This record gives sequence, C-alpha cells and structure tokens, in this order.
Amino acid sequence: MVSLIPKKLLLKMYTTMLRIRSFETKVAELFAEGKIPGLYHLSIGQEAIPAGACLALEKGDYLVSHHRGHGHMIGVGLQMSKMFAELFGRETGYNRGRGGSMHLADFDRNILGANGIVGAGIAIANGSGLSAKLRKTKQITICFFGDGASQEGSFHEGLNLAAIWKLPVIFLCENNQYAFSYPSRLGCPVGVATRAMAYGIPGMKVDGNDPVAVYGVVKKAANRARKGEGPTLIEAITYRWRGHWEGDPDQHEEIYRPRQEINEWLKKDPILRFREKLLRLGILTETIDKRIKKNIETEVEKSVKWAESSPYPDPKEMDKDVFATMRVILE
Amino acid sequence: MKEITYRDAIREAIQEEMERDETVFIMGEDVGVYGNIFGITKGFIEKFGKERVRDTPLSETAILGCAVGAAMTGLRPIAEIMYVDFTGVCFDQIINQAAKMRFMSGGKIKVPLVIRTNGMGAGFQAAAQHSQCLEALFMHIPGIKVVLPSTPYDAKGLLKTSIRDDDPVIYLEHKLLYFTKGLIPEEEYTIPLGIADIKRIGDDITVIATQAMIHKVLKVAETFAKKGIEIEVIDPRTLYPLDVRTILDSVKKTGKVLIVTEECKFGGSGAEIAAIIAEKAFNHLKAPIGRIGAPNIPVPFSPPLEEFYIPSERKIEETIQNILKHSN
Repeated sequence: MVSLIPKKLLLKMYTTMLRIRSFETKVAELFAEGKIPGLYHLSIGQEAIPAGACLALEKGDYLVSHHRGHGHMIGVGLQMSKMFAELFGRETGYNRGRGGSMHLADFDRNILGANGIVGAGIAIANGSGLSAKLRKTKQITICFFGDGASQEGSFHEGLNLAAIWKLPVIFLCENNQYAFSYPSRLGCPVGVATRAMAYGIPGMKVDGNDPVAVYGVVKKAANRARKGEGPTLIEAITYRWRGHWEGDPDQHEEIYRPRQEINEWLKKDPILRFREKLLRLGILTETIDKRIKKNIETEVEKSVKWAESSPYPDPKEMDKDVFATMRVILE
Repeated sequence: MKEITYRDAIREAIQEEMERDETVFIMGEDVGVYGNIFGITKGFIEKFGKERVRDTPLSETAILGCAVGAAMTGLRPIAEIMYVDFTGVCFDQIINQAAKMRFMSGGKIKVPLVIRTNGMGAGFQAAAQHSQCLEALFMHIPGIKVVLPSTPYDAKGLLKTSIRDDDPVIYLEHKLLYFTKGLIPEEEYTIPLGIADIKRIGDDITVIATQAMIHKVLKVAETFAKKGIEIEVIDPRTLYPLDVRTILDSVKKTGKVLIVTEECKFGGSGAEIAAIIAEKAFNHLKAPIGRIGAPNIPVPFSPPLEEFYIPSERKIEETIQNILKHSN
C-alpha cells in the first residue's frame, strides 16, 4: 500500500500526525497551567486516523466530528492559530469564542463541526449527505465518532437511514477502547464494523494506528460514496493515551484502564511506527524529521502567542448570534 | 377570500413553498405514499417526486438529524414529527443541535429548518402520549422559534414565513383544529413571526389564549358582549418571538387579564406571559392576573376525565366573571 502513495502525501500524513500531537500536547499543558478554560478531550495516540482519513478526502467534502475532534480539524487544514484562539475564548477563534473545543467548526470549508453530544453527528451527517445528493454534487460526507457513539440510538437510526437512502456518507468509528470508562469490548462485543451487516452496507475494520491503512479504506469508501453506491462503516482500532478528559483521574491512578494495557499501546505509537517505516523506506531522513518538528514547534508557539493576545468577544454582541433573522433582547 | 380548513391551509402553504423554492423538501413518517395521517401531503409525491417528498423509517432522531444537516448545507427541510409527544425520542436534535448550531458557530451558519408536528392537544381520547401541548418546552430553549396557529389564515401565513425563515422553527399544529374552517385570501400572503393577532377588540378585560383555546374564548366573549362587556382577545401566534408590546398595550388599556392555554398550567407558556405582565405592567393591573390551564396531570383517556381535564368554556366564563368583580 505504501508504495502506491506518493512520497509527498506520506510526508504530509506524517507531518499531520506530528502537528496533531503537538497541538494536543500544548492544549494539555495550557489547561494544566490554567491558561485555557473549558473541557478538553484529547486525541493523543489516535493521530493516524485523521491523518489518513482527511487526506483521502476531496476539497468541498463535508466533515462531521465529535467531542474529541481537534485532530480532524488539523487533518483537514484548519489553522492552529484560530483553533487556539477559540480555546482561549477569543473573538478571533473559529467560533468567535461562542463554542470552544467541543464545537470547533469551519463552515467556509464545509467542516460542520465537532459536537458535544455523543452520536448526534451521525444523524446530522446524513443531512449533508442528502443535501449533496439532492443538489446533485459529488460531495461526500465523512462522519467521525467513537465506540461510545456506536451504542447510541442515533448510530442505529442514522446508519439505517443512510443505507436505505444510499447516502454518500462514510461512518468512521474511532474505537479507542473506552467510552469514558466503559470498555468497548463490553459495550459492543460483536465489534462495531460487524454491525454494518445488519444495515446491508460494507463494514471494514482497520488498524487505526496506521495512517496508510486508514487512508486506503477511506479512499475506497469515498469512491463508493461518490459513485452513488451508498455508505460504508469503518472501524479503526486505536487507543486513547490520555484520560477521557483532561482531569480524568484515570490519567494518574489506575481506575478503569490497567497500566499494563496502556503500556502495551504506548509501544504501538502510531507516530513512532510511521517514522520508522518512512526512515526505512528512505522517504524521511533525520534531517528532514528535525526540520519538520522544528517548524511545528514554531507554528504552535506562534499560534498560541497570537491566540493569547487576541481580544475577547464583547458580551453585548452575543445577541446577534442566536438567530440569523433577529437579535435577542439582552436585559 | 375563500373558505378553507386549517388542514388545507397548511397543505397550501407547503405546496406553494415547494413550488416556489426547489430547496424546500419534506420528510417524515407516512408523508409520502400515505400523504400524512391527516392527509396534508396527499398527492405530493405525484407532484414533487420521491426525492422531495421523503417517506422515512420510524426514526425520529434520524429524521431531525438529517434535517439539521441538510439545513446547514443549503436546503430548507420541513421535517415532520407525527405527534408532538414523539419529540421526546429526538429531543437532542431539537434542543442541542438545531437550536444551538448557529450560536455555537459564532453566528457563521444558518439553520433554515421547519419542524412540523401534527398532534398537539387533547380532545381525541388519544391519551397521555398522543395529546400533550408541549409548547413551553420549546419556548424555553434559546435558538428556536415557536409557532402555534389557531386559524386557517394564521396557519397558512405563518407556515409560509416559517419555511422562508433562516432560523429553526417548530410549527405546532393542533389536531382538533384540522377540520375547522376560516377565510383566507385567494392571493399569496405571509404573516411575520412575532406579531400577535387581536382576534377581538374590547376594553373591559384582556384574554390571551392560544390554539384551540382561542375558539373557546371567542365564544365566551360573544356571550359577554350580549351583557355589554367587551373582551379583548389576543392570540400571540408565536411564543418565540413573543409580541410583548401588543400584550402590554392591551393590559394597560383594560387593567385586567386572563391567560388561557390548554397545556398544563404549571410551568407553562402562560406562566411566562403572566410574569412579563407582572414585571412590566404591574401598576396598570386592577386585578390579579388570571391563569387557566390543564391540571398538572397526564392527559387522561376516559371521555369524562378528558373533558374535565381540558379547560372549558364554563371555567373561562367563571374566571372572567371573578376577575371583573374587581373594581376599576
């Protein structure tokens, strides 16, 4: 598979993974220092999925994300500076400080947003899918969700409707093994991908720590969707390195994840694995690697600085954003 | 002018808007081949095709989620939830998704979506899960407009505006009103959201009512008129936005007010209206604000129970009489 992908794209995947990790690591740091408010769900350890999946999309495709969505946003090319600005609650953020981490979106790019309600995006993704179908465009929708969402009613209703209407949607489950504290093996013992059978659509299971493998299945699902053949369910197996949210005590003491298990998964670091592979193939050199990392370091630093120095939104302006057609009365 | 039923007024509004704007489409349970449980969309499939008149499986969350996504990406969906009671199974898509998308985006997107529900109201012996009036739940959520027409004229004009509106609207249809008749213009018209209608002019007392209660209040007003007492009857028509000015102007004029809604009185839309009046027009009041609504009990099935449950003309009449006893 690797040999079929242009070198430039492989390097972009690698860079994307590194950018996601750097972004998330910085978020953890800023939150721990009390510099950014809010609730944070980080995707460290899961970077291969957005890196592989987002690069398999075309310009104009729709993307629906979830509460652990920073990686998808970076994957499709949102600017770190405006993302950080949103996390700092500033007017210059993607959502002008109205949304925060769980609602990051960029409608100019058809990024329909993260979502704070688990599974809700699955139903919404069908809407952009139907919209593209009725408007007769070739746009597809990719919908990311976690293993927890696959236990929600919206998953079953959403996949069934997408299958019946042959909607151009890719449902990509990032199975990071835990829905907060509840293990995926208990919540979905048959495996998420297996459920595709029940809706009569293809279900594929893929190594979610391998960006090339993810890229491959998403590309295949995208082709199918673009040809009007309907949705695909992909289950990408991965692991969440951090707690469910920044502040989850399981991060520091064993509550629901055995430490042995965490250590096993740390060995499967998607970034290190991919780095080794690229070095071995001669696509990456230590010099290039250093340069990429240096650039990202600068990007993160500059972005945070810009975000932090950006103005806060004016509370008196909030009344304009609830409705498109009217202002709300502020008393 | 022509005479038309509330049901057909709704049908005309949808049909005209679908003819006018091809981004408008309708989806829901039994809206296609069957043509809606009350026959609202009968013949629509033949006219507009299956792509724009979409029968769905029994999946309210999928229906509304799909409508939200479609509204965010350039279409104007009309999503039908058969009975308002069924919004219980898809409440997330209403209160957390449709209503909040625009605000959470920092005002960057529009969600031009209409959620229509057929089944507001009791009087059909449909029992506790097919008879509720849930308007107060929706008006409590910022980001969604709440429309509840009482006449064919209002039903058509408000629905056309709701479909053209760039914000999410929940449009509540009262099942007992479908076959009531009224006059509407032959030519096209729309009614802005947020403008109350004074259904009857009077100086002695203001009665604010919605949907089926409007008709009961108007009947009671006739009997009072014979005694020389003129009741001003106000139908807010939309609970959000609420036409506070028309309500307050009337209260300031009459000094006496009664609010009649079919919903459970406790925590209902009438409570908000009463609070606004108390807050903004207290000095004009010559009597305590009166409020009539259903008791805080699930809608009962048995006919005598249901009859007792729904606010009656007699109760409206007695309450008005009591309020009028307060001297000017």
